[in-house]
Amino acid sequence: MIKNAFNGFITAWKGLALTIRHLFASNAKRTVIPVSDDNYFKKLEGTNTIQYPAQKLPIPEVGRYQLDVEIDDCIVCDLCAKICPVDCIDIESIKATEAIGQTSDGTTKRLYAAKFDIDMAKCMYCGLCTIVCPTECITMTNLYDKSVFDISKLTYQFSDMTPEDAAEKKQLFEKQQAEKQAAKLAAMQKKEGGA
Amino acid sequence: MDFYLTYILSAIGLFSFSALFALFGVYAERKVSAFIQDRLGPTETGKFGTLQTFADILKLVQKELIIPAAADKLLFILAPGIIFVAVYLGFAALPWAPGLVPSKLNLGLYYFFAIISVETLGILMAGWGSNNKYSILGAMRSIAQIISYEIPAGFALISVVMIAQTLNLQDIATQQGILATEKIKFLGYWDVTTTGGVLSWNIFRAPHLIIAFVIYFISSLAESNRAPFDIPEAESELVSGFHTEYSGLRFGLIFLAEYSMMFLVSMVGAILFLGAWNTPLPNIGPVHLATWTTGTAWGILWIGLKSFALVGVQMWIRWTLPRLRVDQLMNLCWKVLTPLAFVCMLLSGIWRLWLM
Repeated sequence: MIKNAFNGFITAWKGLALTIRHLFASNAKRTVIPVSDDNYFKKLEGTNTIQYPAQKLPIPEVGRYQLDVEIDDCIVCDLCAKICPVDCIDIESIKATEAIGQTSDGTTKRLYAAKFDIDMAKCMYCGLCTIVCPTECITMTNLYDKSVFDISKLTYQFSDMTPEDAAEKKQLFEKQQAEKQAAKLAAMQKKEGGA
Repeated sequence: MDFYLTYILSAIGLFSFSALFALFGVYAERKVSAFIQDRLGPTETGKFGTLQTFADILKLVQKELIIPAAADKLLFILAPGIIFVAVYLGFAALPWAPGLVPSKLNLGLYYFFAIISVETLGILMAGWGSNNKYSILGAMRSIAQIISYEIPAGFALISVVMIAQTLNLQDIATQQGILATEKIKFLGYWDVTTTGGVLSWNIFRAPHLIIAFVIYFISSLAESNRAPFDIPEAESELVSGFHTEYSGLRFGLIFLAEYSMMFLVSMVGAILFLGAWNTPLPNIGPVHLATWTTGTAWGILWIGLKSFALVGVQMWIRWTLPRLRVDQLMNLCWKVLTPLAFVCMLLSGIWRLWLM
């Protein structure tokens, strides 16, 4: 019993000695170095606090934060929307009447993106969409501090088409389809007539 | 009529002191805890975050006073008042400097000990009145703990009283310095009546009072519900114990009582064991350090410094040691501290009879 009580005092004193050392240890501001630095885990002196808005931990440019789409490089293949586990990507495509250009890596674009919405409030930051993207136009960036007053602001719209544009392209495509259909019909009739 | 004015002024002075101390105490606690954990603590509000607690109290004042629908309204509303008043009344008997004491009570120590026990009643009222299982659990733990720890604390105090032969706190204070009217001996044989200083403090007049002081200090932690004896609040188990349901100013009052209690028990510890308002500097030959540093202003300074130091130790302990379990708490109280306190009391009797 006495030994126990004595032991209690000794161990309590050990703890108290440890905390008093930290109480009077250096209160130097933390120098912010990236995690990739060799000394990152060796920094034991000074305070541990990162004073956030004033100090920021450096992160690589392609981090794993907000999504970004380079819409000029997008071939609107819809793979990202299909792989997304939480269905936060919403794509509406319009077929073009002809090849409408090339992406920066030389893939031919044949679809218009009438709508390319990403709901960042739903996104779980798994990064699957960036992996499946054939033209690497959807990437994760180093931006993470995103606070908005209106939740709808978290739905990012990447499509650069106006609704009128989209309607026009749609009409064009329908017209082309109709012409094709008509031509096909005419050809068939001709064939039948010939037989 | 003049003495009424004095009464009211000293009451207001003590109240504003305890309120300011609570503000300072919360700030100090947050800074101490932050530095112990290698953090920075409040930094944004005011220079070094000094206005943080003012901002906090401003927020607290504006909050709605919520009374739970199922609460016992009378008990619920009265409890914070009783808790605070009990602690606040304790200040009445404590001397601040030679001749400066709010109330010259012959039974000062007895009064102090009785009045802070009333806090228990307030805590039970708060716990019961809230009609909340966490509150009542916290209140019951608090009462079991406070009542148990009053026994070792009481016996530690009695061992001082046996040496001092008085319950008047001002007399106990006077005995521990150069103003003493009787013969003061360092460790029972060296006459230091005119030397004073740290040598004539009670813990050195009779060295077993060091043990009594440690016992009193541990018990006072338990009585003010501070870590490592904060099982009545036990954030991880009981939300926040007996004051779970309180909001706004009522919560503020409970908080104020907690910090006033910290200062109160520290001040009593300083008065009884660490020489009260007496200077720690002794007279050495022609250098009359003790005589030069004794007086009303000096007295307030010394008692303040000693009490703040003890409050600092309380904070230091809070941010170091983990919370005790209920059984460990009772084990420590009944099996370690109480027998030790009895031994101290016995030693005091022997010391008084043979060495003084």
